[in-house]
Amino acid sequence: MSVLSDLFAVARGDSQADRAVPPTGFTARLTLFSSGAMAFLAVFAMALSLATGRLAERWSSELARSATVRISAPAGQVEAQTQAAVRVLQTTPGVAQVRVLEDAEQRALLEPWFGPDLPVDSLPIPQMIDVIEDSNGYDGEGLRLRLQAEAPGAVLDDHTRWRKPLVRAAGRLRALGLASVVLIALTTGAMITLAANAALAANAQVIRVLRLVGARDVYIARAFVRRFTIRALLGAAVGTLLGMIAIALLPSASVEGGFLTGLGFQGSHWLLPLLIPLLAAVVAFWATRIAAFRTLKEQT
Amino acid sequence: MCKKGTLVIELSDVSYSYGGGELLSHLNLTLARGSFHFLTGPSGAGKTTLLKLCYGDLHPTAGRITLFGDNVRDMGRDDIARLRRRVGVVHQDCQFLDHLSVAENVALPLSVSGRDVRDEASNLIDLLGWVGMSGQTESRPPELSGGERQRAALARAVIMDPDIIIADEPTGNVDWEMSLRLLSLLVELNKMGKTVLIATHDLNLIRSAKAQVAARVLRIRNRQIQLAGADL
Repeated sequence: MSVLSDLFAVARGDSQADRAVPPTGFTARLTLFSSGAMAFLAVFAMALSLATGRLAERWSSELARSATVRISAPAGQVEAQTQAAVRVLQTTPGVAQVRVLEDAEQRALLEPWFGPDLPVDSLPIPQMIDVIEDSNGYDGEGLRLRLQAEAPGAVLDDHTRWRKPLVRAAGRLRALGLASVVLIALTTGAMITLAANAALAANAQVIRVLRLVGARDVYIARAFVRRFTIRALLGAAVGTLLGMIAIALLPSASVEGGFLTGLGFQGSHWLLPLLIPLLAAVVAFWATRIAAFRTLKEQT
Repeated sequence: MCKKGTLVIELSDVSYSYGGGELLSHLNLTLARGSFHFLTGPSGAGKTTLLKLCYGDLHPTAGRITLFGDNVRDMGRDDIARLRRRVGVVHQDCQFLDHLSVAENVALPLSVSGRDVRDEASNLIDLLGWVGMSGQTESRPPELSGGERQRAALARAVIMDPDIIIADEPTGNVDWEMSLRLLSLLVELNKMGKTVLIATHDLNLIRSAKAQVAARVLRIRNRQIQLAGADL
């Protein structure tokens, strides 16, 4: 109940109580700067978490529905085994689409590693077949056995081998992003606690006088809590705004940019950073309240 | 509000120790409503400590202190805070908030008790006029003389219409003329029914007061409290 009335008091304000505690420049600047800087970092941590979440989802859903058949056979048998593999794939339940990659497509896939002038024809590059499964999926083990029988050089790669670690890594990155937001909140709380303690120590005489004239602890604490909560809210609002501008100015997602250019917010996710100033205010409210009541108790 | 004749402060077998040494030992003291007391004794005798015990700023290490009928030891922190609104305290160093004006400092007890100072504006003006501070309402405490600070502190002590006025060396930093002026204000308050307890080592002030009011003089000596003799 006391916490609730404190929250109302912070929101409503009390000009008389606010006037009782003199403004302290150092702690005001420290709180504004630290909450602003932490909010800026929190925007990036949130963007990282959301981007990796999207990435994990995309890898998980898109790659799970695709597979590749690789034909590695002596030069004279590649075409025949490719045709045999295509026939097997086209008659396999659960396979929705089969497409043999053109030389140009294979060259494009290798270009980032070997450059644009790769002589594909003169190299023993295996023929790739892109396979898209339907919603029911296919029997992987059965397909492997059939391919082995009809096209011995065909190897089915359903991407499981590298899809799982990638999805796992993306999931961990997402967790790291969320953990960063939590750490930022805790660090903000610690810094505001330090600033509040400094302000309380600097105002020991003010506290003595207020007590002398009959001020209850809650009255004294509110004067500090309101001040630090508002500072944290303002600092975090500015930091969040700057962080969102910085994210908006990042290069847009593209194939060349890969993952990094996908860092950002999409759609309604742009509203999520607006929670950061509120979170900073809540952290400041509690950090200052706890610090104030502890200090007031110690000064008895 | 206490009824006339009832005890507002009662100390029973009170001792107070600090830093391993006993500063006050087995004190017994009663202050009835409307009484006027001086507390005297050499520097370091424990006058300020006794006053702090009387308004709940310190707790005794032994014994029992009753304020307005309630045992201080049984009171919570909020109860002590509320109790201080019934006890006006004047310190030798006044203890103001230097960033506030005189009027704001005097009105501070109203603010902390949740009353709207704007509603009490006329009372505040009257009170500042009564202590002769009408011309300094917007001044900051560091701009005031010693006498002005003491009068402002007295105004702050009485703005809540307390039952008791406790003053710790209120004339310590002022000249004799101002001492008499402050004394006359305290005597006037006593005649209005307030209990007054003043700690001072100024014997002339005590003699001057005794000519105006039936004051009891208490002396702290050897950690004990005694009723002072006819020499005062």
